[in-house]
Amino acid sequence: MDNKTIMLGNEAIARGAYEAGVKVSSAYPGTPSTEISEFLAKYNEVYTEWAPNEKVALEAAAGASIAGVRSMACMKHVGLNVASDPLYTLAYTGVNAGLVIVVADDPGLASSQNEQDTRMIARSAHLPVIEPSDSNEAKEFFKYAFDLSEKYDTPVIFRTTTKLSHSQSIVDLCDRNEVEDKVYERSMAKYVMMPASAIGRHKVVEARELQMEKDASTFPVNKVEMKDTKIGFITSGVAYQYVKEACPDASVLKLGVVNPLPRKLIEDFIASCETVYIFEELEPVIEEQVKSWGLCVKGKDLFTKQGEYSANMLKKVIYGKTEEVFEKAEAPARPPILCPGCPHRSVFSVLNKLKIHAAGDIGCYTLGAVAPLNVIDTTICMGSSISLLHGMEKAKGKEFIKNWVATIGDSTFLHTGINSLVNMVYNKATGTVMILDNRTTGMTGHQEHAATGKTLKGEDTYAIDLAELCRSIGVKRVIEINAFDIVNLEKVIKESVNGDELTVIIAKAPCALIKGQKFPNVCRCTPEECKKCGMCLKIGCPALTKQADGTVKIDETMCNGCGLCASYCKFGAIKTVERA
Amino acid sequence: MNIMVVGVGGQGTLLTSRIIGKTALNAGWDVKLSEVHGMAQRGGSVVTFVRFGKKVYEPTCEEGTVDVLISFERLEALRYAHFLKPDGIMIVNDTRIDPMTVVIGAKTYPEGILEGLKESHTLYTIDGGAIAKKLGNSKVLNSVVLGLAAKHIGFSEEEWLETLVKTVPQKTIDINKQAFKAGYEG
Repeated sequence: MDNKTIMLGNEAIARGAYEAGVKVSSAYPGTPSTEISEFLAKYNEVYTEWAPNEKVALEAAAGASIAGVRSMACMKHVGLNVASDPLYTLAYTGVNAGLVIVVADDPGLASSQNEQDTRMIARSAHLPVIEPSDSNEAKEFFKYAFDLSEKYDTPVIFRTTTKLSHSQSIVDLCDRNEVEDKVYERSMAKYVMMPASAIGRHKVVEARELQMEKDASTFPVNKVEMKDTKIGFITSGVAYQYVKEACPDASVLKLGVVNPLPRKLIEDFIASCETVYIFEELEPVIEEQVKSWGLCVKGKDLFTKQGEYSANMLKKVIYGKTEEVFEKAEAPARPPILCPGCPHRSVFSVLNKLKIHAAGDIGCYTLGAVAPLNVIDTTICMGSSISLLHGMEKAKGKEFIKNWVATIGDSTFLHTGINSLVNMVYNKATGTVMILDNRTTGMTGHQEHAATGKTLKGEDTYAIDLAELCRSIGVKRVIEINAFDIVNLEKVIKESVNGDELTVIIAKAPCALIKGQKFPNVCRCTPEECKKCGMCLKIGCPALTKQADGTVKIDETMCNGCGLCASYCKFGAIKTVERA
Repeated sequence: MNIMVVGVGGQGTLLTSRIIGKTALNAGWDVKLSEVHGMAQRGGSVVTFVRFGKKVYEPTCEEGTVDVLISFERLEALRYAHFLKPDGIMIVNDTRIDPMTVVIGAKTYPEGILEGLKESHTLYTIDGGAIAKKLGNSKVLNSVVLGLAAKHIGFSEEEWLETLVKTVPQKTIDINKQAFKAGYEG
């Protein structure tokens, strides 16, 4: 067998988990971390699941670790916020078998709501952080993370970034290491974090961190590449690749463990170079610590805290030049948009028509904020739509929210939206919550969740009934409706926002990208009947374009035949017909 | 060698760059690919990079360093032309997809994009959509475009076809091969 293959960073992490002998993994999807679980699910030796949120995922992984098998949880950076409650205290309990938490940061905001740096959280939780710089390192360092976790009795954070997770490079495959399960032994002092035991464990945490700090200078993943000593770089992760690309002759201290820092190694490196630059994406985590030791380095005075780095950016600073030759052309922007046949578009078109504001949430439906739909007013974090609407009512009374709804997806509702709905019931809210139920976790690439009836491994399971769930917590008015039935949708929304009763409207229709669906119809516009009014263009479907003569043309390869444009054509010029 | 594949989310740019990457890997080069997932994929402007050589560090290509720019759409060719080296070449699938900014009338789609680009770049164009439609499946347009690009990237036709058949869905192997050949020989 040829052991060399090309792998996505996330696939390599999954491979590393397999080779490390991991037995349990729990995760909630989140770009750029999602594919790790999807690749891991292909290994029969590893139990892999989607949890409803990251806190549940981390706790499930911790349970598996305490029981005695190597386990892991995966999430994106903001997912770690949700999981931070168990995270901080798991630093105290430590592990039985190894526990690794994969956290994917998103510098450059490819698909996120902020650019937070996981290393900052790791420092305050006193947890070690490992960071690879390409796919092969991702696989190898992942195995090393388990060694560290078990050696130092601590959960380990495995930090990746978008560029690492979503770039491919060559890996050398190894066999799985079948690690023997650890015996579970009851230990109140270690696993029951009441004050008396936590006081003791806090001391353990501090001692462990000091020990790791000392040992870090000899960790094999922290490497010095001594070359020209005029310029030295301290760097880690993908930023290392930019350094090698831009300044191949410079000396480099490449950190594989970025918390705690190897103080002696860093001090020696700085002493042997004329000028040392700290090249780290996002926050000056390494730089501030090094400066606190009284050492002189350059860093965020030259390099931004925002976005992704590149070799060109480094060249500009070090050599004052780049290779840019052609001038960048002016081109109209092409922002992401809702897909043809997307049920969210239908709901937003009605809200737009009724001039209703929406407290939005995290998912594809965030795209309802932009033209031509212009419906979403707020997007903060998972589950926040419902609680924000509640707060608005408590601030300004029920009249204020008569032209407001909360919109949230099915997966996001089960993630943390349900808590907010409990709050609305409990505290006598009267608002309207719309669950946009497209039967999947859409934005991250169509993952199953607790209401789809399938597990991550593709097995059948119980599908939570969202309407029954809402009724069971005390919502008296729950309405299920076809998301494309714009006539009834309009009627129901009007009644609900004007009524005095808490209402949940579940607008149902599957995401157009869920595999295995057939689209037997297409929409077609007869140019002779088109009155050029532009009503159909107001729904913002990419399959529709305005011709030079003002009539509308529908691209039949893009169109899924949802019929929304036809519903908005008052003149019957657009018809839904059988696909040729 | 630096290759950049650009297009509109959903056009199959990702698959195309993966085939290029695997072909280079099989030929014994060090390879890196950079992809776009998540929000940006939803009908937005999509960019992927493939780099291969003796040793590759950065997974993306920088402005002014691209040898072959493959664009699946005219406006996207214009948007990323500045990534090309002075002697770099451009492969353009001659089609127009209006971005939402144009659909809603906030912006106009530039006229004469290809003519303008021809003045400063070496340009090869193909109507991949029409050729694919003629073959019976409009979705194989990316194999047509890849076929044309393959001639300018190097490797033998056999090497390309070997990775192509391993990458595309089983049922579509034959039509994808035909599509590739149409681009390669056309």
